[in-house]
Amino acid sequence: MKMYRICAALVPAFALAAVTILALAGPAAAMEIRKIVSDKGIVAWFVPDKSVPMIAMSFAFRNAGSATDPDGKEGLAEMASSLLDEGAGELKSQDFQRALEDIAAQMSFGAGRDTFTGRLRTLTAERGKAFGLLRLALNVPRFDDQPVQRIRSQILASLRRSIDNPRRISGQLWSKTIFPGHPYSKLSNGSEKTVNALTVPDLRAFVRDRFTRDRLIVGVVGDITEQELKSRLDAVFGDLPATGPKFEIPEVKPASSGKTLIVRKQIPQSVVILGHGGIKRDDPDWYKALLVTRVFGGGGLSSRLYEEIREKRGLAYSVYAYLSPMQHSGIIAGGVATQNARAAESVSVIRAEWKKLAENGITAKELATAKTYLNGSFPLRLGSSRGIAGMLVGIQIADLGMDYIEKRLSLINSITLAEANRVAQRLFRADDLTVIVVGDPKGMEEKP
Amino acid sequence: MAIVAGFVIFSSTASAAVFSPKTFTLDNGLQVVVIENHRAPIVMQMLWYRVGAADEEPGESGLAHFLEHLLFKGTKTVKPGEFSRTISRIGGRDNAFTSYDYTAYFQRVAAHELETIMRLEADRMQNVVLSDAVVLPERDVVLEERRSRTDNSPAAQLREQVRRALYLNHPYGRPVIGWMSEIKNLTTENALAFYRKHYAPNNAMLIIAGDVTVDQVRVLAQKYYGPIPKMAVPDRVRPKEPPHRAARHVVLKNRRVNLPSWSRTYLAPSYTTGRKSGKSGKSVAYPLEVLAQVLGGGSTSRLYRKLVVERGIASNAGAWYRGDGLDYGEFGLYASPKAGGDIEALEKAVLEELDAALKEGFKAADIDRAKRLISAQAIYARDGLRAGPNAIGQAFTQGQTIADVEEWPERISAVTAEQVMAAAKSTIKVESSVTSILLPEAAK
Repeated sequence: MKMYRICAALVPAFALAAVTILALAGPAAAMEIRKIVSDKGIVAWFVPDKSVPMIAMSFAFRNAGSATDPDGKEGLAEMASSLLDEGAGELKSQDFQRALEDIAAQMSFGAGRDTFTGRLRTLTAERGKAFGLLRLALNVPRFDDQPVQRIRSQILASLRRSIDNPRRISGQLWSKTIFPGHPYSKLSNGSEKTVNALTVPDLRAFVRDRFTRDRLIVGVVGDITEQELKSRLDAVFGDLPATGPKFEIPEVKPASSGKTLIVRKQIPQSVVILGHGGIKRDDPDWYKALLVTRVFGGGGLSSRLYEEIREKRGLAYSVYAYLSPMQHSGIIAGGVATQNARAAESVSVIRAEWKKLAENGITAKELATAKTYLNGSFPLRLGSSRGIAGMLVGIQIADLGMDYIEKRLSLINSITLAEANRVAQRLFRADDLTVIVVGDPKGMEEKP
Repeated sequence: MAIVAGFVIFSSTASAAVFSPKTFTLDNGLQVVVIENHRAPIVMQMLWYRVGAADEEPGESGLAHFLEHLLFKGTKTVKPGEFSRTISRIGGRDNAFTSYDYTAYFQRVAAHELETIMRLEADRMQNVVLSDAVVLPERDVVLEERRSRTDNSPAAQLREQVRRALYLNHPYGRPVIGWMSEIKNLTTENALAFYRKHYAPNNAMLIIAGDVTVDQVRVLAQKYYGPIPKMAVPDRVRPKEPPHRAARHVVLKNRRVNLPSWSRTYLAPSYTTGRKSGKSGKSVAYPLEVLAQVLGGGSTSRLYRKLVVERGIASNAGAWYRGDGLDYGEFGLYASPKAGGDIEALEKAVLEELDAALKEGFKAADIDRAKRLISAQAIYARDGLRAGPNAIGQAFTQGQTIADVEEWPERISAVTAEQVMAAAKSTIKVESSVTSILLPEAAK
């Protein structure tokens, strides 16, 4: 097993630059992460790469996601994310879109629960124009009436289209049940009523209050010099307000409801979500939980759930469990989709496995395999500039530190079986499960 | 140990190069492609077989895809599930996919594990062992996959009906996953017979991308894939479409539909069948690709601008072209009304704008922008390991060459406005189309 090493190298020429070299299993592939600070104080993590003549940038504003949507204005962050590239500065909607297409730059924005994110990908040759367009989008979006109405009607159409989508129904009921009354239960796309209530002043306030420098996190990968990147960062982000109002999102413990809720729909397959409270990313037990959850229902084509549900019984095409850490909470959740006649069987097998994991834990062999998986799969994310830029932002959001990649290996490898199984017992609580079923499951009763 | 038969290196200095692959062919006919990329110590293996759903016999729809699932069920020396457990233990990712013209398997792992995945993948080209004990539960899994993908979704059900209506005779008309009633009847023997008929080194292409050299790959390919014997494989001669003489309309009404939608799909030439005078660089597919972009490829395209931005009658509208089929391609238009909007008025408006566009033609600036956008994809595609193996594997299984992949941006750039209009006029003919409408059904 080859491993990551980090050689902390000093670069005396740049007093502000902390440089980390990731020697990724061999001299041919060293990845250098630099922390750079622009003249106006914009901080970015940067990986220079000249292998492809392009630049990828990811960024995020914390405390700016859909959980911060005002009551009655649910869907605001989502709508803003669709409108930033619909006209900015002197450029009206079609002109802005055409300007992006002329240089084949790709710009996109997204609203998560906690953060508002953006991505830019441009050919190096067109970087000046691309960064210029992003500067306009973030600093002086137009929100002209015509594109606002058009995007609103697209959101309303998509809400209408998905009314009967079983995954959407189950997801919404899940959030409402597990986070009752908390901002995390807000509909991130809003409802017909709240989307109709959104106004241009709301959108302007959204940008003014949330696109602030103290919320900003940036990762850049690609073919650009450090000096030039600093001035581009200043142009794009340097004139944003230093700070803005804080939106209080209280810490929340997900409900341990023990409920089984069924939404009856005449469809051939029942769609199931189930889970309960998990742990946050900064919990000291995080890596133990990650390993145990990987054994239980991790992605890929092998896990206990995959074995029991899919391989042995042929109950489902897809079955999984995962940890979902949020800024103010954490959950562990799973999902499966099974024909109505056997949906009850799927749920009871998963429930039994849930219980068994808490009682008996995992085996030494399972732990060892999960460790080699987590260590081996990590570099697979580093194959593209976009992947790396996204990871640079993720590490900063979770505040894991520049030495995270170095630490990660020993954090995982040092975990003992006893520790893992202590956390399995802490984490998996079958009696607390909230089970949401959408479909027509036979022989299953609601337990409200 | 002679492995170099027809050893070709595509020069990376050629101006057109996109992925700059190196290739060689083993004595047993297995073509091997190496795309070196040393930015991270990872490697990807893809094995593409020239067999897919369009190679199934009538009545056994879904067999190619079912067999793909069964290739994870063990061989003479590897226990059921062990393949994926091994990949998982080394931190890799593995999966597979099936389409009309191909079945492909892939793994992505740390570079030093390349030998492990080449050994495992070569093993299951010949040595798969199947019994009812593993096959029958997996058939249930595929039935659940069908319920998830198709039966739970009215829109997906309609897409399946559209294909059935578009192809009057060619097997592209059946669903890749198969019809429910036919999947239920597939047996272990069906799967093994299909496997023995199609899985052979001379019917496959091995692609290795990432932090490796062609010399490393040559040694490992010879060691693991080299000993597999060449085999007679059937020619891919499929039933052809008769002349299309009548426009078809399909309408699906369902209580779970809350927003109607409209689409039209035309039978079109593909990159392979659209060649003029046998020259691949002259395929009508290139202008069709540009047409789809300029007519309906994004928010500045003609249909979006007219229908969504200016007239405000649609919430979305666009066009697409799928040119990768071995035998046929498809050109499509789609539109959705605003919430509460009328589908008939929308259809009328789409067809008006289509007629107007074909009458007036496109501005040179719009054509140029469309070409730049398409060509830029070739640069972005080099960012990452997957796009190269995908493009080359699809080309191989669908009648194209590596040179076609490498020269693609240049050929797109060479497309003229006249060619775009000529391609539009020869392809957009209502008698070779299916118009489909998804409608809500009032509750009883």
